Amino acid sequence: MRDKDSLEFSYFPGCSVVTTSWESNQSLLHACRSLGLNLKELEDWNCCGSSSAFAIDPELGFNLSARNLSLAEPDRPLLVMCPRCLHHLRETHQILRQDKLMRRAQERRWKRPISPDLEIIHFLEAVVKLGPQTWKRDGLEGLKVMPYYGCTLFRPPALRRERYYQGEVENVLAALGAVPVVKALTNRCCGSFLSAVRPGLVTQMVNEIIQSAVTAGAECLVTVCAMCQLNLEIRCTLEQKLPIFHFSEILALALEAKDYESWFARHLVDPRPLLIERGLLR
Amino acid sequence: MLNEAKLIITDKKDPLEQIWQIGTDSLFGPKIIEVDALDRDFAEEVERRSHAGLRRCYFCRSCGNGCPFVTAMDVPPYAVMRMVHYGLREEALSTRTIWICVNCHTCASQCPMAIDIAAMMNTLCHMALEERVPVPTPDILKFHLEVVRSIERHGRTHKLGIMLRLKLLTGEWFKDVDVGLKMLSKRKLDLRPSRIRALKEIHRLFLPYWRVVKP
Repeated sequence: MRDKDSLEFSYFPGCSVVTTSWESNQSLLHACRSLGLNLKELEDWNCCGSSSAFAIDPELGFNLSARNLSLAEPDRPLLVMCPRCLHHLRETHQILRQDKLMRRAQERRWKRPISPDLEIIHFLEAVVKLGPQTWKRDGLEGLKVMPYYGCTLFRPPALRRERYYQGEVENVLAALGAVPVVKALTNRCCGSFLSAVRPGLVTQMVNEIIQSAVTAGAECLVTVCAMCQLNLEIRCTLEQKLPIFHFSEILALALEAKDYESWFARHLVDPRPLLIERGLLR
Repeated sequence: MLNEAKLIITDKKDPLEQIWQIGTDSLFGPKIIEVDALDRDFAEEVERRSHAGLRRCYFCRSCGNGCPFVTAMDVPPYAVMRMVHYGLREEALSTRTIWICVNCHTCASQCPMAIDIAAMMNTLCHMALEERVPVPTPDILKFHLEVVRSIERHGRTHKLGIMLRLKLLTGEWFKDVDVGLKMLSKRKLDLRPSRIRALKEIHRLFLPYWRVVKP
């Protein structure tokens, strides 16, 4: 664990997290409180541009991401909840760091400074930094969990020198007393926005992913992305559906959160029977 | 490039020799390319706008093998890459592939030459719109436009608003209603959008700068 100042973060939740997956936001705030991470929501943040702005007008996406960077305080790392927002913010920041003229142009546009040294990290990375291997808790009672990364670990080549978090969800889960099940489609994309326009296609992909988890003996899935969680829940048409947890939920549960009842009630695949059966929920 | 171009130039009387295949026969069938109609600057233009590094491609086809959406595409990602290399401007800009791509970067992580294939796809989408090439997947374009309009309106995306406007546009009111209702009942679709305060800062991005100048 590092010194106290390094545990202060600006927090960028992203559009999905504040609405669709309100429960992951709550559980994240809870988990961070327990872990001693102090989050301060980025004042008046906006959408990072998402896939849509970057597809039809990359410059618009770049500007949208740059505004968020201009809002961040330079001396505290920016903690991002959504892996896709993370990529967009990081890539934009990398361009602004390397290109001084572009950075100055953005600073003039927003009338705010943009720090070239701003650290942008994902929630998972913040947890890994705390050294979860030493926690040695057994709160999850041997729950068989498939860590589902989706496209989280894949990145644009410009970011290939960033740290790589393959296997870290497993490590954290194991430290919390769960049994990670990895011989399944852990890195298959969930379908992203195609879920809205091509449900048939995404249903087929999601079913393959969940089926692989069932075959591998997993009882539930854990993702680090709110969109993956939603797609895996709404597009699964298999008879045997598995509950999908956001990483922050399972973390907060293992860290003995209190208000989980209201989170789990919002799931489209109810995880409560499984948790009650395992004695994790009363 | 030059050697390959020579391969394509053949005696026009013999149709078999005019044939040049972009990918494999079974996937695309034979395709005749008229060398005179190629846009020689296309690859350079795409590279300058996307910084994808597409000159490094040696056509190993790893991107197509890993792509989870390849079944929904008309040609695999490597074929788009080839079209860009050859200067088949219209063909590349009118593929479904560029619109199906969700930027999951599976291809890029498998690419031995670290080419940013998703950036190339985004650039091609942008160019297709600029040049008013008919979009083969109007539903996906409508979705993107609605998301961007939602950002313009609220500074953030509002899922319920986007879905309702999409339904209005497509007229498919009953498609996916069960999922929508389930999400509503679980309060996963907020009725009211989450808005930013400094909306002016966002609106400025959607207008030419002189439109917002006040004398």
